[in-house]
Amino acid sequence: MTPTIPILRVRGHLLVSVQGELGDDVVEQFQNDVLSAIERDRGRDGGLLVDISGLEVVDTYVARVLADTAAMARLMGRHTVVCGMRPEVAATLVQMGYMLDGVETALDVDDGLDRLGLPR
Amino acid sequence: MTVLVSERLTIAVEGDVPVVRRRARELAQAAHFDAFASAAITTAASELSRNALVHGGGGYAVVEHVSDGLREGLRLVFVDEGPGILDIDRALRGGYSTGRSLGLGLSGSRRLVDEFHVETSLGKGTRVEVVKWARFRR
Ligand SMILES: Nc1ncnc2c1ncn2[C@@H]1O[C@H](COP(=O)(O)OP(=O)(O)OP(=O)(O)O)[C@@H](O)[C@H]1O
Ligand SMILES: [Mg+2]
Repeated sequence: MTPTIPILRVRGHLLVSVQGELGDDVVEQFQNDVLSAIERDRGRDGGLLVDISGLEVVDTYVARVLADTAAMARLMGRHTVVCGMRPEVAATLVQMGYMLDGVETALDVDDGLDRLGLPR
Repeated sequence: MTVLVSERLTIAVEGDVPVVRRRARELAQAAHFDAFASAAITTAASELSRNALVHGGGGYAVVEHVSDGLREGLRLVFVDEGPGILDIDRALRGGYSTGRSLGLGLSGSRRLVDEFHVETSLGKGTRVEVVKWARFRR
């Protein structure tokens, strides 16, 4: 009963929107799905946008998965941006001392697509 | 302190961590936590139940909706019979992990709650109790 997270292609870029929660049981699959989508998209040079506006809780485990996934996508040559972090999630992570160092972030999907160089 | 709701949840497999997290979130809503307080206690629930599972070899959580007459709050207790925390001072300072991790779960959880107590005994296990209160309304 593992829910899959849809990965959309928007004008050459990959867009992943994580909704509800990234359960401990689905994170590994999430990571694999994103990396294989990048692999299948070989030849394109679009970026990867991960929208987490639907995530109500990001603990250190999920934060690490997001950071690792972004780092792996980057290693595969994809400009990667995480966008849409909720204010209470940002506050919680900072209180815990987890700053998601090295992860490029954007306010929302629009802002994220700007970062990837998609004209409005 | 009055206990309005009390539930004991087993922590034995990975899938149990999201269950504890979800229940904490539901009780936080019942206790009228705002979004920030709710994210804080839910995150602490996630960190501490994962610690009980990964480091403590599993155990259980008690999640409670409580009231002290003035305020409503959540009390969460995590119990395991694992190896205990080797160096509790270092673990509480943060940045210390016996895994491949950043070691921010325990120290971070402490900063997210109002009350935090750890009892740990080598070879016997660990018990972490946290309380967080809803902010006054009106
Ligand atoms: N219930 C427990 N039983 C035994 N040891 C524990 C327990 N909880 C924490 N520890 C010890 O304290 C250390 C710090 O815990 P903490 O949660 O801060 O970091 P972590 O779990 O290693 O990494 P993360 O940042 O992913 O949580 C752990 O590495 C572990 O050695
Ligand atoms: Mg931990």
